[in-house]
Parts: sequence; C-alpha cells; structure tokens
Amino acid sequence: MLKIRNLHAQVDGKDILKGITLDVKAGEVHAVMGPNGSGKSTLACVLTGREGYVVTKGSVEFEGQDLLAMAPEERAREGVFLSFQYPVEIPGMSTAYFLKAAVNAVRKHHGLDALDAMDFLKLAKEKAKLVHMDESFLNRSVNEGFSGGEKKRNEIFQMTMLEPKLAILDETDSGLDVDALRTVSEGVNAMRSPERAMIVITHYQRLLDHIKADMTHVLSDGRIVKSGGPELALEVEAKGYGWIAGDSQAGHSELAKVAKAVEGPAS
Amino acid sequence: MSKSTEASDFVDQQEEYKYGFFSDIESDVAPPGLNEDIVRLISSKKEEPEWMLEWRLEAFRAWEQMNARDGEPRWAQVKFPPIDYQAISYYAAPKDKKTLESLDEVDPELLATFDKLGISLNEQKRLSGVAVDAVFDSVSVATTFKGALADVGVIFCSFSEALREHPDLVRKYLGTVVPVRDNFYATLNSAVFSDGSFCYIPAGVRCPMELSTYFRINAANTGQFERTLIVAEEGAHVSYLEGCTAPMRDENQLHAAVVELVAMPGANIKYSTVQNWYPGDKDGKGGIYNFVTKRGKCMDNAKISWTQVETGSAITWKYPSVVLQGDNSVGEFYSVAVTNNMQQADTGTKMVHLGKNTKSTIISKGISAGKAQQSYRGLVQISPKAENARNYSQCDSLLLGDKCGAHTFPYIDVRNASAQVEHEASTSKIGEDQLFYCRQRGLSEEDAVSMIVNGFCKEVFKELPMEFAVEAQALLGISLEGAVG
Ligand SMILES: Nc1ncnc2c1ncn2[C@@H]1O[C@H](COP(=O)(O)OP(=O)(O)OP(=O)(O)O)[C@@H](O)[C@H]1O
Ligand SMILES: [Mg+2]
Repeated sequence: MLKIRNLHAQVDGKDILKGITLDVKAGEVHAVMGPNGSGKSTLACVLTGREGYVVTKGSVEFEGQDLLAMAPEERAREGVFLSFQYPVEIPGMSTAYFLKAAVNAVRKHHGLDALDAMDFLKLAKEKAKLVHMDESFLNRSVNEGFSGGEKKRNEIFQMTMLEPKLAILDETDSGLDVDALRTVSEGVNAMRSPERAMIVITHYQRLLDHIKADMTHVLSDGRIVKSGGPELALEVEAKGYGWIAGDSQAGHSELAKVAKAVEGPAS
Repeated sequence: MSKSTEASDFVDQQEEYKYGFFSDIESDVAPPGLNEDIVRLISSKKEEPEWMLEWRLEAFRAWEQMNARDGEPRWAQVKFPPIDYQAISYYAAPKDKKTLESLDEVDPELLATFDKLGISLNEQKRLSGVAVDAVFDSVSVATTFKGALADVGVIFCSFSEALREHPDLVRKYLGTVVPVRDNFYATLNSAVFSDGSFCYIPAGVRCPMELSTYFRINAANTGQFERTLIVAEEGAHVSYLEGCTAPMRDENQLHAAVVELVAMPGANIKYSTVQNWYPGDKDGKGGIYNFVTKRGKCMDNAKISWTQVETGSAITWKYPSVVLQGDNSVGEFYSVAVTNNMQQADTGTKMVHLGKNTKSTIISKGISAGKAQQSYRGLVQISPKAENARNYSQCDSLLLGDKCGAHTFPYIDVRNASAQVEHEASTSKIGEDQLFYCRQRGLSEEDAVSMIVNGFCKEVFKELPMEFAVEAQALLGISLEGAVG
C-alpha cells in the first residue's frame, strides 16, 4: 500500500529526514518510536503534504500512485488520514458542519452521493458512541476548548467517520488517561481490517499493549535505525534508546544497502 | 509563460467581480462640474417643487463653505488623493425620459442588465414576495408590487416620484435625521442627490413583503448620490434590503448616499445592505469611493436594526447609526465587512442613547485579506438623561495572511452612572495550521477558507433575510478567492 524509498526532507533548509525506507502493506500496523526530535512528526507531515516540508530526495508510492505529487486534500480523499499530535482549534466552525463537509468531500471523490444532514447525524452519533464521546461536542466548534484527551478522541472519531485506507496516528496516546487510552484503542482496533493499514507513532508500550503492531521501527536523527517485531517496542521501553544508538552504525549501513538497492545502479 | 499568467489573471478578474459589465444604454449626462446652475438643473430635470430647490441650494452653499474651509474629512484611517469635485458629473439618467407606468415600458436593455445581476424584475414581480425598486445611475427605473403595497397604504416609490406624489410627507421628514449640514458628504448629497427610494408605512401596518432597492452605477465619470428615506409610523413594521453593484472602471467613482430612517413610537425598521460596489483591481486601480451617511431615529419603544455585508468599494467610509431618542428604544448593528487586495474600510456605527432604558447591540465582524486595511470605529454615547442604558459591543477581526491590517477604535462616552456598557474585541488569523487541518480531512483550501469565514460571520448572517443570506455567503466566497496562499 505504502512504499517509502530513501526519503529525505528538509524544514526551513534543515535536513530532518535523512533517508527513510519503509513498506507498509494493507492490513498491517506499524509502530514508529524514537526519541524527541528524531523526525516522527516530520515523516507524518511529509506523507500528508504539509507546506514547508520539502522533499529533497526519494519517493513515496501510495496504492501505486506518486503520493508526493498530490495536494494534501487529494491525499486525504484517496484515504490518507493523520491523527494530529496537536489537533488544531477552529473557532466558529461546528464539528458537525466541518466533518459533514469532510465526509462528503471524500464521498464525492469516490463518486458517492453526499450524505444529507439526517444520515450524517445518524452515522456521527453511532461513531461517537464508539469512542465514548458525548454527542454535544458535535455542536461545539472544532476542538475549541476541548481538553487534551478530548481532542485526541475527536481525532479518532474523525478517523472512524472518514474510514481511511492508511491512518497515521501521531502520539494519539499522549495526554490520555487510562480509560481514555482504552476507549481510543478500542476505536482504533475496531478500524483494523485487511484493507486498512496504520502507522502508529508513540513513545509508550502501553498503547501497543492495546494496539498490537506487526512491526516496530525506531527512528533516530531522521533515519530508521532499527526495525523488528512487537518485541522491539518492549525492548525500547525497558532499555531506552541508548543501546540502539550504540548499534546504530550497523543499522545504518544495513539500511544504506537497502536504499542503494532501491535506487538502483542508474544513480 | 507570461502569456498564460496574463490569461489566468484575466480569468481571475472575471471571477472576482462578475458584476463588472457595462450596459450600453443611452444616457442623459450633465456636464462635469458643480455649481448652483447644476443644482438648479438637477432640480428642474426632476420637476421638483420650489422648496426642494431652496433646500438643495442651502445645502450647496453650506458645502461650498465646508469645502473652502477644510475640504473633505481626513480623520478616517483611509488614504486617497484629493477628489476633484469639478471633474465629476452630477447627473446621469437613462435617456428614456417619459414616466414609466409599468415594467413593460422599461428599456429591454435595462431589464437585461438587472437580469444579469440576478435580479429579474419580471420574475421578482411574479414569483417572490419582494418588492423591488431598481435605481440605475441615480434614477429609479422600476418599482415592482406597487399595487399590492398601496392596498395596505404602504408607499414605496422612487424619491422623485415621492416628491411629485407625496411632497408634504417628504418635506415633513427629509433632513430630520441627517440634517443638511451634518457632514461634508451628506451636505454634498443634499445639494445634488438625484434619486433613491422612499418608503412610508402607515401607523399599525406591518409591511406585507420585503422592500428592496438595487442600486447600479453604470455611466462613467458620474457620481452617485442617492437618498433614501424610510418612515415607519407608530407601531409599523418594515424590512428593507438594498443591493449595490457597479461596472469595472479604471477611474475611481464617488458614491455619497444618505439614508434616513424614522421609527415612530413602537415602530420597527430592519435595514439590510449587501454592498458589492466594484472594489478596484488587485493593484488598487479604480473602484468606488463609498462615503455614506446612514442614520435612524427611534422614538419610544421603537427599534432600528442595521445589518450590512460589505464586500465591495475601494474605500468604505460609513457608520450606520441609531439615535435612541425615545424611552425603551432599541438599536442594533450587525456588520460583516470584507476587504481584500488594496481595499480600505473605515466603518462602524454610532449608538446615541438619549432616552431611558435604551438598549443597543453592536456585532461587527471585519475580515481582511491581501494588503487591505480595515478599521472599526464605533461610538457608544450615553447621555445624562439616559437612565439604565445598556450597550453590548463585540468587534471581531479575522486576518487572512500577514500583509493586511485590522484596527479598532471604540469611543465610549458615558455620562450616566446607571449605564452598562460592555465591549469585547478579538483578532484572529486563519492560520496555515487550520487550513492544513481542513485539507488533511479532504477539504479544498477555498472551501476551508469559506467555511471558516462563514463560521466567523454567522451571528451576522442569521440577521439577514433568507435570500440575502445566501447571496451574502456567495459574495464572501468570491471576494476572498485566492486570498490565502
Ligand atoms: N520549522 C522548523 N525549523 C527548524 N527545525 C524544525 C522545524 N520544525 C521541526 N524542526 C525540527 O525537526 C526535528 C524533528 O521534529 P519532529 O517534530 O518531527 O520530531 P518528533 O520525532 O515528532 O518529536 P516528538 O517525539 O517530540 O514529537 C526537530 O529537531 C525539530 O526541532
Ligand atoms: Mg512529534
């Protein structure tokens, strides 16, 4: 579904991503971990097309299409969803109005009829229950005055409404209390399907206790320095990142080889 | 490369101001210049009574003094070169001079023009419950639904016609709210106004339909000086709408209108405006100078409500006001003002509390984009006798991009200790992060902007009559096209 090849990206002229190669297949859940400032959110921004994130090298293919050539809204309509690390407040725009427009933009893109207000509300109430959100937030402005946890829940609620093919969850667990963590995880798990893939960015194993990842990657200084199964996350939790950093040279050269092979002899 | 850029600019322009067409209608234009003879010419063209001419001449002499002494007022936060008042023509009328008995006699080209504006006079006449007075280059060309209105005693006609048919009514109220010497532009208007609308709602009558006037400036190098007078007698109710457009022209055109509202005891006047005069091009070339005086007077228990959506004009200078003279009277001002590119606006309101238990509400929403500058200027005055007066003001500014500006100048003058005056102001910006958030959910940037802007304005839009609210939203979209990014 998603093929990232030797991706380099800059922000404000500063190299942040320094050669990321990653394959995510339909049905898989990949956990991405890594110290603060290692580039996890940057990767999410590059994949979703945020302005100011300049790709200097490499490619990203999504469902056989050149993802980097698409505008942010096209990517969203094609099924790429980002649960923001810091969800944005939009004063004056009700959540229901906003989300109805979003759902219908995606439906239109796929040649489906727009949902009318009744159908939309019915669906929204159903999905809100899934993440234990009070319906009243539908009438409130998008994220305005929401608590940190409510904002994250709202992200997952939107995900269940939009039913993306690829969901990128950027630290959706941070700021959640134990119960909220469970309901959010349930919401995410309910979305798991053989057609859908997820990239779960997190610092903590506790999320991965609820959401079982197929693969774990550790990002450091803009590179994936280690990849492994679910056990890697446990190791990170137990030992921190230091031991990987020591090992990172090996990780580097291995990945460098992969990147070379991908780039091919021509370059 | 450069070719295609030009082409897209051209297309953009078409999109930006779709009302910028010029109608090829023969018109009767006075030579440029302003003097007593011109004032006399206007008055005689309109076959006015003698007192009207005297009134105009008094205004003209007052204006000459003002002009010689101080020139045009310069206190507003707008910049423009001195206006050459002798280069403007003060009268233009579609040539067809004879009085029109019905719509069927209106020049077909003229009807086509109003059709283009989305105001089909024929259609309106048949279908909707809105009576329309169409003013083309300062002259009223058609008023619909006169018959149905006459049945309940409502007078709705052009100002000239009112002077012919109801001179005593006009004479009784003209200048009672905005006196001849009120201010530079109002005084100029008093001297040279050419037409406008007159509405009279008799005591106890609820006007059975919305009354509306569409103003269109067409001729080049002419000023437009229309005059509107609305009188609601005791207990009467009326809702009035005005819409304005003008063709795209490279030179600036002056529009200096005066609107007077008289709300007798217990009367209720709702006055809504969708102003879309040509704003000039991206570089600030051309566009209308909209220097307008609008004021209403409320007697006991009366209410006047101004609602305006202003997207046009190169410069807007207007402060629809309410003088709350009677006890328990209510004044409201709901405004959305949009300035994009090089547009400038200095707009707001004045609420003058004279009576006891008077109440006023001000909701002002300013949106600035491009390099536009916008100021809110509002006066809340509580006089010593205004026991228990209350005012609530809320002024919000929304900025798109970082080259535009918003300024707020509240003047609060309280001379009675029992007054309650509240003022809230906010400035926000449509940020890149908000737009990205919307786009990440599948919305286009234009849709995101228009949704955010509509959310910002909704308190004002909900005050507009239904059909105007839809038009206003569409206008906002057009005015802000390409404003972000
Ligand atoms: N506008 C910018 N200018 C310069 N550096 C930036 C800019 N934006 C981000 N960075 C830097 O890019 C690096 C990666 O940031 P990113 O937000 O991707 O980290 P992260 O892995 O998501 O961290 P966290 O775990 O704290 O969320 C950081 O060093 C950050 O300071
Ligand atoms: Mg981050």
